[in-house]
Amino acid sequence: MSGYQGKKNIPRITSDRLLIKGAKIVNDDQSFCADIYMEDGVIKQIGENLIVPGGVKTIDAHGRMLMPGGIDVHTRFQMPDRGMTAADDFYQGTKAALAGGTTMIIDHVLPEPGTSLMSAFEQWREWADSKSCCDYSLHIDITEWHKGIQEEMETLVKDHGVNSFLVYLAYKDIFQLTDAQVYEVFSVIRDLGAIAQVHAENGDIVAEEQRRMLEQGITGPEGHVLSRPEEVEAEAVNRSVTVANQTNCPLYVTKVMSKSAADVIAQARKKGTVVYGEPITASLGTDGSHYWSKNWAKAAAYVTSPPLSPDPTTPDYLNSLLSCGDLQVTGSAHCPFNTAQRAVGKDDFSLIPEGVNGTEERMSIIWDKCVVTGKMDENQFVAVTSTNAAKIFNLYPRKGRIAVGSDADLVLWDPDVTKIISAKSHQSTVEYNIFEGTEVRGGPLVVISQGKIVLEDGNLHVTEGSGRYVVRKPFPDYVYKRIKARSRLAELRGVPRGLYDGPVCEVSVTPKTMTPASSAKTSPAKQPGQPIRNLHQSGFSLSGAQIDDNVPRRNTQRIVAPPGGRANITSLG
Amino acid sequence: MSYQGKKNIPKITSDRLLIKGGRIVNDDQSFHADIYMEDGLIKQIGDNLIVPGGVKTIEANGKMVIPGGIDIHTHFQMPYRGTTTVDDFAQGSKAALAGGTTMIVDHVMPEPGASLIEAHDQWRQWADEKACCDYSLHVDITHWNDSVKQEVDNLIKEKGVNSFQVYMAYKDYYQMSNSELYEVFTFLAERGGIAQVHAENGEIIAEEQARMLQMGITGPEGHVLSRPEELEAEAVFRAITIASQTNCPLYVTRVMSKSAADIISQARKKGNVVFGEPITASLGTDGTHYWSKNWAKAASFVTSPPLSPDPTTPDYLNTLLSSGDLSVTGSAHCTFSVAQKAIGKDDFTQIPEGVNGVEERMALIWDKAVTTGKMDENMFVAVTSTNAAKILNLYPRKGRIAVGSDADLVIWDTDAIRTITAKTHNSAAEYNIFEGVELRGAPLVVICQGKIVLEDGNLHATSGVGRFIPCSPFPDFAYKRIKARKQLAVLRAVPRGMYDGPVSEFSMSRGGTPSASARTSPTKQPVRNLHQSGFSLAGPPTPDDIPIRPAGRRIVVPPGGRSNITSLS
Repeated sequence: MSGYQGKKNIPRITSDRLLIKGAKIVNDDQSFCADIYMEDGVIKQIGENLIVPGGVKTIDAHGRMLMPGGIDVHTRFQMPDRGMTAADDFYQGTKAALAGGTTMIIDHVLPEPGTSLMSAFEQWREWADSKSCCDYSLHIDITEWHKGIQEEMETLVKDHGVNSFLVYLAYKDIFQLTDAQVYEVFSVIRDLGAIAQVHAENGDIVAEEQRRMLEQGITGPEGHVLSRPEEVEAEAVNRSVTVANQTNCPLYVTKVMSKSAADVIAQARKKGTVVYGEPITASLGTDGSHYWSKNWAKAAAYVTSPPLSPDPTTPDYLNSLLSCGDLQVTGSAHCPFNTAQRAVGKDDFSLIPEGVNGTEERMSIIWDKCVVTGKMDENQFVAVTSTNAAKIFNLYPRKGRIAVGSDADLVLWDPDVTKIISAKSHQSTVEYNIFEGTEVRGGPLVVISQGKIVLEDGNLHVTEGSGRYVVRKPFPDYVYKRIKARSRLAELRGVPRGLYDGPVCEVSVTPKTMTPASSAKTSPAKQPGQPIRNLHQSGFSLSGAQIDDNVPRRNTQRIVAPPGGRANITSLG
Repeated sequence: MSYQGKKNIPKITSDRLLIKGGRIVNDDQSFHADIYMEDGLIKQIGDNLIVPGGVKTIEANGKMVIPGGIDIHTHFQMPYRGTTTVDDFAQGSKAALAGGTTMIVDHVMPEPGASLIEAHDQWRQWADEKACCDYSLHVDITHWNDSVKQEVDNLIKEKGVNSFQVYMAYKDYYQMSNSELYEVFTFLAERGGIAQVHAENGEIIAEEQARMLQMGITGPEGHVLSRPEELEAEAVFRAITIASQTNCPLYVTRVMSKSAADIISQARKKGNVVFGEPITASLGTDGTHYWSKNWAKAASFVTSPPLSPDPTTPDYLNTLLSSGDLSVTGSAHCTFSVAQKAIGKDDFTQIPEGVNGVEERMALIWDKAVTTGKMDENMFVAVTSTNAAKILNLYPRKGRIAVGSDADLVIWDTDAIRTITAKTHNSAAEYNIFEGVELRGAPLVVICQGKIVLEDGNLHATSGVGRFIPCSPFPDFAYKRIKARKQLAVLRAVPRGMYDGPVSEFSMSRGGTPSASARTSPTKQPVRNLHQSGFSLAGPPTPDDIPIRPAGRRIVVPPGGRSNITSLS
């Protein structure tokens, strides 16, 4: 598989220099055969007959595909939940990611409501810097809303390389924001040039349904999915699309779990909304029928929100939308808990900690479900597993592309290898794997992260703490070119009119909002403050210059063409 | 017009009436027959009827006789900040009759915090005193708590109200949260009521209004700019989701935009029990007038949701009404004088909302939908009368020409041409939003409660004759399906043994709340006891049981089935 070029006694054999010969380089736009040379973690040359220093380590690809390392846009390693912590920390999690061909992860910082975003961000940095084995970046979740948060967001964008924030439409009374707050957050995000991410489920309805399920004595994991039907997901997606359109803010829907939610995104894109959808490994690879398993621990292992859809045709549908470009990026939302942790909710499904595995399986599942089946080609595969993520989050072309100057995060992909996913062999520390027993075709043969070989011959060589925090700048072109053009067009102007100086009816109360009087129960005979209707003087004059409206009130002029035009007689369109 | 029999027979009253030679149009068929009515009821239908002598006879000469229109949405005499809309129940119902509408359904609008029943009784009193035609009442639920729930129960059981409207707009005023909507809908579904919804996202509107005013946009165009149609469509979508979740029939009042109508028609295709009500204004005009330089004219179009600035909207809504995707029509007639509208002369958010339309509704739909061939006269009857009667559970007493039905009839002249103008309309408002529009089709004779109220262009409406028509719950039209679904919707838990494996410690007990200890050092690992993470089931093991780490057992068919290779469904 790999050998050393040149003389063996040359001392400068370091893994910092690496040559891959005879690879079929696969980017999102094209595939071509070339050699590739990297040094100090960066791709230095691509081409044939490269001139490289002697003694460089060489991998012979034998014409296999070499693609940009995967970017898992959604992980929750080491996530705190009620004093517990998700079973995979940044070490275990990134190790699993690398084992699956993913060379960068973007984790979610989840600040407790009431704590500062900055301190949470720094805490996550500290955890990740000390443990992460691959490059990483961070999304920040907005779990409450006030002026201070806005200032922290500005700081995070300007000084700390964050360009994406997640809001929750679910988790009532905990993380959930109101529509008005979401509107304000999106407005701030747009001004900062960041991406608005949304956890889309209607938390109000979920809370009602949870109560109803528990009242009916449904306490097991099936209650989780019964109380979170996919309509509730689709509704929230639709609502966030509306708010995003209204604020001209780019939207990114995390965890697309159902056909109807995906449909809403696809429709919105057809109407021109700047919206991205992120299905995850779980929704692409399995379904929600397992919530009815008689094995409590197994059923609980699938608990995540939005839940997996009980409709078994969902994964195929989502893979199709991913293939045609209606959904763009894939994450794993990797956040597994072990059985003892899940058992916190053994008598009440609403207490089960949420999250599934998927960071290791993501690339292979998509290859198996989409490329093997002919839904997408290898270029689209690169787009949805890596390039699109890099573009949306402004990491491109440093990440997500094989090009001179890009980071040396590469995967030599074996399209023919088959593997059966099992908790016995996976890298995660949890007892269950939600894809247990699934046979997938396609997997990484060699994984190179930061120019170093981390997977070769089935052996992982990861280094705890070697992952770097990758800074992301605001206003990614991929997203904001359109947003900027629309902002320029969206200027609104009032109609220049003269002052109305006709009679004005008196009102009894002058509240800020449109408030009908509290006199609803007044007798009609009494008629307090009956409008001053002075019909004899209800004419009015306009003091300003009027161009087109010298039309007197109640004129005899007839509008021949009615407003709205004549009805179209011939077409029932 | 002639009198049958001898002239000296003294019992010539308008309580007996014969219409000869009419073409009777119901929602299902049209046929030629005579109609004889007595004491406000249709007694006979057929040819060569045997009727008492001296009965007044109307010669229809083959013209269409249709069930009188039902305007399912009016706001007559509505109190607003100490003033009242200019059309009271007398003026409003007179306008209704002039347009061929023989029944109106008004909205009772209790103040938030006030008693629903008191408000209902107040509206009853107003209407009983003044209404010239039969009426029913919807009650708007403007706040929600246990006592309101009691009152709703009482209104359904004893007061003959079966429809209740909730507001998703008017933040901090009438607006209800999603949870409240869920509870209201759940309750109405139990009691057999119809949930009506004013669908607009009030939260976003409030934000947009503030933005408009900040930008210095204070005129009526700010009204429509701050209430874009997407916000209407969003709220319709949300209302449908909640209604579907609670298995409650939903009725969307005032469908004003193409996108809102689309959501309703999509939902109907997915099987939701949902009805859409476009109004005269949205079927007949558009929102371009908000930009009129004439402030008073622009303000007269202010209503919520606003008229869409897209001029293709009326045609589109008429098409969906014709295809059955939208079910009923109202007017949302709620008129204010210019002086009243001028309350908001410096701030569009203060402009009282409402437009005219009760008089124009029938003729407008005839002109836009029947003369253009979008719908036939039977569908016209369905959307102007029959469907409303079915939804309100008044069918076949109202909404149909049949023996035993109320004698509310209209002889329709399909060729009459009129131009709408405020100069001749029956409303007290100075503006008519359809000013100058020429319409083909109009009522020739209107019969209400068996009496002729419009004849030869003369209106003979009598204030106070209108009766309250109680609506009973569980209308078949909506509830047959709801009941069938309810029977299917029983949920069952999975019978499992007790989990008795290890359980992690956690810091808080309720609601999936992450603890305040988010900043706990990660070194403080939870009790993970991996060596004893096996567990056993206390109940009898079933074949479905799979050990935690299945020993080499392979699922050949992956969950979710193999992906479909041939189709990119």
